[in-house]
Amino acid sequence: MRGNIPAYDVRAPKSLTEALEFLHREPGAWKPLAGGTDLMVLLEMGVLEHKRLLSLHAVPELKGIREEKDRFVIGALTTFGEIQAHAELCREFPLLREAAASVGAIAIQNRATLAGNIANASPAADSAPALLALDAKLELASHEGSRWVEYRAFHTGYKKTLLQQGELIRAIALPKLAPGYVHAFRKVGTRKAQAISKVAFAGLARKAPDGKLTEVRLAFGSVAPTAFRATTAESRLQGRVLDLALIRDAKQALQQQLTPIDDVRSTAEYRRRVSLNLLEDFLLQAKNRGEA
Amino acid sequence: MSPSMSAQKITVRCKINGQDRSFTTYPMARLLDLLREDAGLTGTKEGCGEGECGACSVLVGGELVNSCLIPAIQAEGTEITTIEGIAEGEKLNFIQQAFLEYGGAQCGICTPGMVLAVVYLLNRIKKPEDLTEAALRTALAGNLCRCTGYTKIFESVVRACHARFGASAGASSGDQR
Ligand SMILES: Cc1cc2nc3c(=O)[nH]c(=O)nc-3n(C[C@H](O)[C@H](O)[C@H](O)COP(=O)(O)OP(=O)(O)OC[C@H]3O[C@@H](n4cnc5c(N)ncnc54)[C@H](O)[C@@H]3O)c2cc1C
Ligand code: FES
Ligand code: FES
Repeated sequence: MRGNIPAYDVRAPKSLTEALEFLHREPGAWKPLAGGTDLMVLLEMGVLEHKRLLSLHAVPELKGIREEKDRFVIGALTTFGEIQAHAELCREFPLLREAAASVGAIAIQNRATLAGNIANASPAADSAPALLALDAKLELASHEGSRWVEYRAFHTGYKKTLLQQGELIRAIALPKLAPGYVHAFRKVGTRKAQAISKVAFAGLARKAPDGKLTEVRLAFGSVAPTAFRATTAESRLQGRVLDLALIRDAKQALQQQLTPIDDVRSTAEYRRRVSLNLLEDFLLQAKNRGEA
Repeated sequence: MSPSMSAQKITVRCKINGQDRSFTTYPMARLLDLLREDAGLTGTKEGCGEGECGACSVLVGGELVNSCLIPAIQAEGTEITTIEGIAEGEKLNFIQQAFLEYGGAQCGICTPGMVLAVVYLLNRIKKPEDLTEAALRTALAGNLCRCTGYTKIFESVVRACHARFGASAGASSGDQR
């Protein structure tokens, strides 16, 4: 049953300083509200516990995408729709564009923010494997100032993050890539739109002229308590030339890092099989790249 | 404020279908209810109430959104287009006309959302060749219908595209799986 609407108090600060002041003065009292695509659903289900919400929609410092010399900085409030509409960003990071386009459906993408997807900390969040593969960094702002953390370190356990009381995600930075990477983002769900991932995968690979992998990054969502980088498989591949035996090797290495579960959306066994297939598919694509 | 108390009502000023409007409401009231109950614009429908079905779709600042997921406080200062703003006076818009002619509506609950999703797509495409079958399907993917089985909706949309851009635009209406 829907929550009791009159019971919810919402404030809409007009600047970042004002927003951080709210969080500082009454620690834990105010719950950030961005696009609302997670929180409004909780409200509808009658399980939105926080009765005081801090709507960030009017905070200008959290908006916009900025290109710098060696990175893109994406404001916390940037929606998945805005990501797809940003030509330079999409040209630089095709896999991010794919990830953004795979979230819900268009009307969801037009509200759902990148920072909301991160802070909500679902192991099935579609931005997670993409941000892991892109070596994202997060700017966390508080009354005291701001700090940068590696996105890779941000999710410390199921629904647990580095975010401290009084902190907001302010921005997400993505270092630019040298040219020549093979990009992939794949999402497997019940159907193409409005489906929560059973497995999501993001991959990046780059080969030297002699065919050796100079860099490979592999990230998976929905197959462990948090999205993760398949580091064992990555190090197995690093500096080697892709062939079928090596791909088998990498799949074996991935096995050890997969801890999928059975749930309402899928089975552990299905998730395991699909993860291995997605890895193989990506590595074959990388192997064939540049071969006649 | 203790949890049992209720929040202060706020004033929300916005433009709906070109008209300036002002509402006094709770900050977490849904835009959907603001439109239907406070503004009396019942063309916007409620299906799921949780962002899945698209029946409540409207344009806010030109963007297609689910009004069931938007708290009133975030509607402040926005420009909103509902299905009531799509027809040209008494004359149906060409998309609505196509739904009528090709049987794209049965109970009609999903129809306003479907029409707005098409309006949004057509506002954004740069040239008719962009209206591929895949583009149409992506545009409608967030809108569920429990009556038509989608075939007639898709045909209506393709016909509407043809009406606007000529037969080269969009997928052929016979080609759907
Ligand atoms: C129908 C539907 C389909 C969906 N499909 C998908 C999907 O396919 N893939 C997917 O990944 N997600 C999906 N989602 C989930 C959702 O859209 C995302 O998680 C969204 O990105 C959350 O962002 P938001 O701005 O809407 O968050 P909100 O609901 O406003 O907030 C979400 C959480 O983030 C916190 N938060 C927000 N901004 C900040 C900030 N700057 N700093 C700190 N904390 C913050 C809030 O306190 C809250 O805990 C779907 C949701 C719906 C309703
Ligand atoms: S009622 Fe809003 S999406 Fe279903
Ligand atoms: S016509 Fe009834 S839901 Fe689509």
